[in-house]
Amino acid sequence: MSQGSFPGRRPPTRSGGAAFIIAAGLAGIAALILVDAAGLKQDGGYAGVGPGDVPRIIAYGLLVLAVLTVISGLKGDLPKPPRQAPAPVLWILGGLGLQLVLLHVVGFVISGAILFAMTARAFGQRPLWKAVAVGLVLALVIYGIFDQLLQLNLPAGPLERLIFRG
Amino acid sequence: MDSFSLLMQGLASAMDPMILLYALIGVTLGTAVGVLPGIGPALTVALLLPVTYGLDPAGSLIMFAGIYYGGMYGGSTTSILLNTPGESASIVTAIEGNRMARQGRGGPALATAAIGSFVAGLIATLMLAFLAPQVVKLALTLGPREYFALMVLAFVTVSATFGDSALRGLTSLFIGLALACVGIDGLTGAARLTYGVPQLMDGIETTTLAVALFAIGEALAVAAMLTPPDGMHKVTGSVSMTRTDWRRSWKAWLRGTFIGFPIGSMPAGGADVASFLSYAAERKLTRHPEEFGKGAIEGVAGPEAANNAAAAGTLVPLLTLGLPTTATAAIMLAGFQQFGLQPGPLLFVMNAELVWTLIASLLIANLMLVVLNLPLIGLWIKLLSIPRPWLYGGILLFATLGTIGVNPSPVELGMLILFGMMGYGMRLYGYPIAPVVVGLILGPMAEQQLRRALSIAQGDWTTLVSTPVSATLLTISAVFLIVPMLMRLRGRGKVLSQVAGDPD
Repeated sequence: MSQGSFPGRRPPTRSGGAAFIIAAGLAGIAALILVDAAGLKQDGGYAGVGPGDVPRIIAYGLLVLAVLTVISGLKGDLPKPPRQAPAPVLWILGGLGLQLVLLHVVGFVISGAILFAMTARAFGQRPLWKAVAVGLVLALVIYGIFDQLLQLNLPAGPLERLIFRG
Repeated sequence: MDSFSLLMQGLASAMDPMILLYALIGVTLGTAVGVLPGIGPALTVALLLPVTYGLDPAGSLIMFAGIYYGGMYGGSTTSILLNTPGESASIVTAIEGNRMARQGRGGPALATAAIGSFVAGLIATLMLAFLAPQVVKLALTLGPREYFALMVLAFVTVSATFGDSALRGLTSLFIGLALACVGIDGLTGAARLTYGVPQLMDGIETTTLAVALFAIGEALAVAAMLTPPDGMHKVTGSVSMTRTDWRRSWKAWLRGTFIGFPIGSMPAGGADVASFLSYAAERKLTRHPEEFGKGAIEGVAGPEAANNAAAAGTLVPLLTLGLPTTATAAIMLAGFQQFGLQPGPLLFVMNAELVWTLIASLLIANLMLVVLNLPLIGLWIKLLSIPRPWLYGGILLFATLGTIGVNPSPVELGMLILFGMMGYGMRLYGYPIAPVVVGLILGPMAEQQLRRALSIAQGDWTTLVSTPVSATLLTISAVFLIVPMLMRLRGRGKVLSQVAGDPD
């Protein structure tokens, strides 16, 4: 695997830094909820509790948790993750991203085969063409079973049309 | 009609060939995903939700329950042979089971796990059948405030009681609750956090969230590991147990069952808690303390019985109260809702036949499982020889299939990637996954009950503690929240973190 050769690799973030990022994320979600809740009509009815109130309580909870996360980060309570290999992660995310972009262009089978191949590559499979071939066969079988037999609607591309509706 | 005759009727309907087929598919799939590392019963049920949309409700639900039971059986195989638990409830099994395998006693370890699972599954399912109607009677007297209190209790036990940090558990829970706010408010119809995106109106799909957190998060985490996991230990010798093995196992099976079932059936954590407690009990009661840590058969028999009994136990609050206490139960609840069924006391009145067929099918499924897992064990071990690139490639292909099947939009796939990265980050920093899923599913229900209770009381918040039942439940919740925190502060948190993991 090419884990060691990934350029621009940084040492793993120390957990103190990660705690701030996590806390910022939590506070960010809380802010989104509070802004959204402020824009809702307050018809609490008999309960006196409208659609914006429970989200607001959750947002306050998130803010408290964000503060506690910062404190625990300063105390060094957050577990330090072991060193991670970034290349495999990028292969998988790349495969998922390509599937998202290509799904409606090339159909389920080809985009699925690409996802399969790139995931296999992330786990050390080489050469890539072999993984693509296995992926194509597997995706075709899945398409046949789920779209044709179980009536699940999967996006069809040129390949699906050629084989199943040709 | 009493439970016994209802159960007999259920058995009669469960003998229907189609129902038997669903049960068989369920237990087979369940065993397979239990054996395979990286996928558990929660994920599998989530993946199958969209696929079963057009199928028979009773059959599909029986299949889901079969997957849950099967996962508990299959998980032990991986624990014993690989020292990497196939699902979280088998973590303790790995302690003694893997030692036994290293000594060439893998066969008896697998046998005591499978037979123990069978004994426990049988007794616990019967207990489920006789306990459920009693709980239903009780449940009919509960109002919105009691339900709200019960849900608070479930929130606390799922997130804060076990594991090594209440802070991280609660953070996971609140992320789930925040995600649950997205979509149309059930009581007023107001659109919350949708930002004009039509796909968000229905809220965040359970399937998408569960698949992303469990499958994609796990795949990313495993791919990024620099040290590959242990190799497999070949099973040598026969899978049959000696007379001593039997004598040492049967008491552990029974003890495991009676520890597992109550823990599963109270909103107090899932199967992994039960298996840990059973292990602790066996270590205390054993006549061979010198063997513990070196391959004591009781340490496999007890926890394996306990996790199966707990799986049956979780069905009590799920079916009678509509209250999921583990990730798998939460996703099964989503399965019921998909078919327009709402678990709870009324389910036993409106869909009595379905409920009793389901319970009876579990007895049959249990029988199928012991056959699948003892004589056919070699087949399952072969599954472990699938190369990891193919295995994870296949998992990701299936993971996206579920989401694409529900809604093939870029928005949905984008959420899948986003939540997948979140799942990876959560694994990296020790945040538990199950509370997010439970929060997403139980959050809107808790909100409705809260607002309904407040409506009845004209906005008076003291109504929440004004009946003995709700006040007691909320007090217990507070105790479950605070006592573990104090234990961790006083340096006794180790016990709790050993019970950590994601209740499947």
